[in-house]
Amino acid sequence: MEHERKQSTLVVRITGELDHFSSQKIRRELDLLLADPGVKKLVMDLKEMTFMDSSGIGVILGRYRTISRRGGTVAVKNMNPQVEKVFLLSGMDQIIKTI
Amino acid sequence: MQIINQMKLEFLSMPENESFARVAVSAFAVQLDPTLDVLADIKTAVSEAVTNAIVHGYGEKPGTVSISAELAMDGTLDITVSDRGRGIADIEKAMQPFFTTQPEKERSGMGFSVMQTFMDQVHVDSFPGEGTTVRMKKRLKER
Repeated sequence: MEHERKQSTLVVRITGELDHFSSQKIRRELDLLLADPGVKKLVMDLKEMTFMDSSGIGVILGRYRTISRRGGTVAVKNMNPQVEKVFLLSGMDQIIKTI
Repeated sequence: MQIINQMKLEFLSMPENESFARVAVSAFAVQLDPTLDVLADIKTAVSEAVTNAIVHGYGEKPGTVSISAELAMDGTLDITVSDRGRGIADIEKAMQPFFTTQPEKERSGMGFSVMQTFMDQVHVDSFPGEGTTVRMKKRLKER
């Protein structure tokens, strides 16, 4: 997972597949980056994410809660159709902006 | 309905096998030449069923997950995912969107909803202490 920090914005590029197995590692990596309370805006660039199931919903919602507690926002971008279908089914579009 | 091909898989309930399972079923389905969207639906539904078997069926106690799949002459794919794990006491409740027994582990509770949305039919049989069988059907080709 690559990441880029610009002031209070953290952009992460999650690559490959996000399922129950891979979510454990991705969750750990994201939480290390989000441990800095200066991160107020998290942007997840999913251009290189080839697959996501409902385990990915748990990962995204968990990070959303972390950022929301500090008054920040989460956005996602570049979802492929399969990832977007799971994203929409879970209603995440109601709370997480797609940019 | 006449069966034109079938396959069976068995593997240990290790999270590493979730990817293997969905890719294997998807590769089996390819022979009916479905669209990429249909293949993605199948991969996602299989991933959910197999993850449920590993996480909820067996948990920390290792076991075996079985998958069988049949392609029928009418262009449909039947997939059965079974475990011999702890089973589900209340299937109706377990299938409700966002219901999870493990919220502290960030489970979304959307597994069955994904299966029901991405497949044409989903049927669950389960008995506490005996395990769970999920049967799913998807039309791959129009008649």
